[in-house]
Amino acid sequence: MDRLLNVTTVLSFVLFLVVLFSLRRAHIRVEYSVMWLLAAGSMMVLSRLRPVLELFRRLTGLPDTPLTLFLLAAGVFLVTFFRFTVIISHLRDDNIALAQRLAILEYHIQSLGKHEN
Amino acid sequence: MIRPSGPGSLLVIVPALNEEGAIGAVVQAIRQSVPGAPVLVIDDSSQDATITRAREAGAEVLCLPHHLGLGGAVQAGYKLAYELGFDYVIRVDGDGQHDPCDIPRMLETLKTSGAEMVIGSRFNAHAGSGTGIVRRLGIAFFRAVLRPILGKPVHDPTSGFVGVNRTALGVFSGSFPLEYPEIEALVVLQRRRFRFEEIPCKMRPRSTGRSSITALKSLYYIAHVLLGVFVNVLKFDRRVHRGEGG
Repeated sequence: MDRLLNVTTVLSFVLFLVVLFSLRRAHIRVEYSVMWLLAAGSMMVLSRLRPVLELFRRLTGLPDTPLTLFLLAAGVFLVTFFRFTVIISHLRDDNIALAQRLAILEYHIQSLGKHEN
Repeated sequence: MIRPSGPGSLLVIVPALNEEGAIGAVVQAIRQSVPGAPVLVIDDSSQDATITRAREAGAEVLCLPHHLGLGGAVQAGYKLAYELGFDYVIRVDGDGQHDPCDIPRMLETLKTSGAEMVIGSRFNAHAGSGTGIVRRLGIAFFRAVLRPILGKPVHDPTSGFVGVNRTALGVFSGSFPLEYPEIEALVVLQRRRFRFEEIPCKMRPRSTGRSSITALKSLYYIAHVLLGVFVNVLKFDRRVHRGEGG
């Protein structure tokens, strides 16, 4: 049990650092890092504060603490993935509209060039 | 630059991806069938000489900056046609499967029937089908799914040989299904209470290249299109309940 919580703490800390380094190197944008930092921070806190984890276990009625921690982590990451799926869908729609607009404008510019010649 | 010739102007659009072997003949056949109508090839970022062959055959080319898929390419053509003021647009596939000789009949039906969309159907009446067994099964399945939604039978819901009038053009310019658009487009139109007609058309085997839909992709196609259909049904039903439909 303690070993599992220690591993969770280390992994959360590593995730936290990876996100911060990625931010510093501008590999990810601030607005997309918030969910990851919150997820990593929450996992770190839960793995260190056993009474809080126990409280979650009692509230959910789950049989043991590791399972509670695992389900909480899974829930947080599922929410994060879903949020990014929504963002990607919006970006794809915007990207398609921009590509179509660019193609149409290029067509108009080429036509104007031909007309002037 | 393509320009509408006046009231009742027609633009023929041809979405194409790596169709250098067929596109020239397709464009020439269209120009012979409807001599006065401009032809716009929408190149979905081909890696071959599709653009050159299309221009050599006398078509205007709209070059997409990167691959958007069939729906994105067709919608780009619809947007340009709508902005330029065309009244009718007929889509012909760039692989040579559609016979441009049917275009005048499609245009006539669009003008006289009052329908917003006309579909060239491979199964209607006595038209030859030229279709494999897998595709036939898929079409039969979607016919059964669409029958209660559309309120009338549609013989060839997967046909890409489609003509639209300016009303439908306005709708599709704003919103058009991006992958496998044919079936979803029918639902979008029906939900707006637009009408469609089918006319029998000849379909030929591809003259060059291969279909992008493999056996595995067929399953994805079915799941994707089914989901798209039901999402459109639910979306428009909610609008109707809120009084925004029509």
